[in-house]
Amino acid sequence: MFDASRPWRLHPQVALRDESFGALAYHYGNRRLIFLRSRTLVELVRSLEHFDSAEDALAELKEPRRAGYRSALARLAASEVLDAR
Amino acid sequence: MPASAASGLRDRLSHGLAAPICLTWELTYACNLACIHCLSSSGRRDPRELSTDEVKRVVDELSTMGVFYVNIGGGEPMTRPDFFEILAYAVGQRVGVKFSTNGTRLDQASAERLAGMDYVDVQISLDGATAEVNDAVRGAGSYRAARRAMDNLAAAGFGPFKISVVVTRHNVGQLDALAAMAERYGAQLRVTRLRPSGRGADSWAELHPTASQQHYLYEWLRDRPQVLTGDSFFHLSALGEPLEGLNLCGAGRVVCLIDPVGDVYACPFVLHDEFRAGNVRDGGGFAAVWRTSELFESLREPTSAGACASCGSYDACRGGCMAAKFFTGLPLDGPDPECVFGHGHADLAGAGSPPRPSADHSARVPVRLVARG
Repeated sequence: MFDASRPWRLHPQVALRDESFGALAYHYGNRRLIFLRSRTLVELVRSLEHFDSAEDALAELKEPRRAGYRSALARLAASEVLDAR
Repeated sequence: MPASAASGLRDRLSHGLAAPICLTWELTYACNLACIHCLSSSGRRDPRELSTDEVKRVVDELSTMGVFYVNIGGGEPMTRPDFFEILAYAVGQRVGVKFSTNGTRLDQASAERLAGMDYVDVQISLDGATAEVNDAVRGAGSYRAARRAMDNLAAAGFGPFKISVVVTRHNVGQLDALAAMAERYGAQLRVTRLRPSGRGADSWAELHPTASQQHYLYEWLRDRPQVLTGDSFFHLSALGEPLEGLNLCGAGRVVCLIDPVGDVYACPFVLHDEFRAGNVRDGGGFAAVWRTSELFESLREPTSAGACASCGSYDACRGGCMAAKFFTGLPLDGPDPECVFGHGHADLAGAGSPPRPSADHSARVPVRLVARG
């Protein structure tokens, strides 16, 4: 379960590579390739380590957009692209 | 992901990426086997092959470009005396390595060495569940050598290595047995498509699966999403629900090949001058070839459906594999020679003499595999 009230970060075994559509993420542990399909999502993921909770990072976005990005973060956590700090 | 999102992503990918997702790197043309379907017609080392230092400079570039991993092959990459040095260097630069080997050099000591390395995956090539079927393609003694390599990896506690099978008319009936073998080893099964490339140009007609075998293969893969395919059977997706993977020809868009002398080709299956984009020894290195070669830029342009435009399944298979068409003499904007609806058949019958692979490094005399300890 993704708990947005907790602090998160990019998983240390994940490499992110910027692409025109967003970014590609590769997990060196489970060898999975994940597509991040928006620049905003990529910036959000990179910003997580600077906030005390994922919710604080989401607060940088306009309110109507937060729910969508919260679900996107939950999916990335399920794929182990994100790691609970 | 929903189908519309998947096809949107596919459109973006077909315009190319900042760096390849998947880069195949053949380290040498030297090989101690002489498989009759070898994509690179390997056998003899080429005197112009990249030196250890040149290989390391390319690894540096790949690392800077953010290439996550390379698929190393050949030839038989383990015949290079600097093989482990290259592996260690790549991993140290955070470029993961997946390498394909025939297993003949994978003794107990190398298995233990590999087991101690992070970010290294091993694929043992095996083209049949029995020596009879495998050795008919890969040569006498090759089945035994591959099984011994698997035993060595298992004994060394390497973990889940891959058993990599090129599907042919003669082994398609052994897929269940191959899956069972993989399970016994705790390995992953990987099956890929036979291409009429390299020496495969001469063996494809008698080795490629029949139409009914293709239907069987599609169902078999649909039922087993855990079986890896390297995205190579997307032409079968015209039969119904798409198979796992991106389902697109990634040549020059998301994949490419570096050959042992540093030539960069659009994909591992088109070692032909027409698909040579440049060389890593050129001024701008690999990055310039990937980003600015005329060939790759043209491959990233929107493609025409050509003769496939009237087919309702074009969106599923995208006309199939460019290399398969090229080396069977078919037009690139028409159906795949193995089009599941048989649309390629008529064209095949009328095709002139297909282009020959540009280089041939086959051994001049048949090689004999001598069993080692």
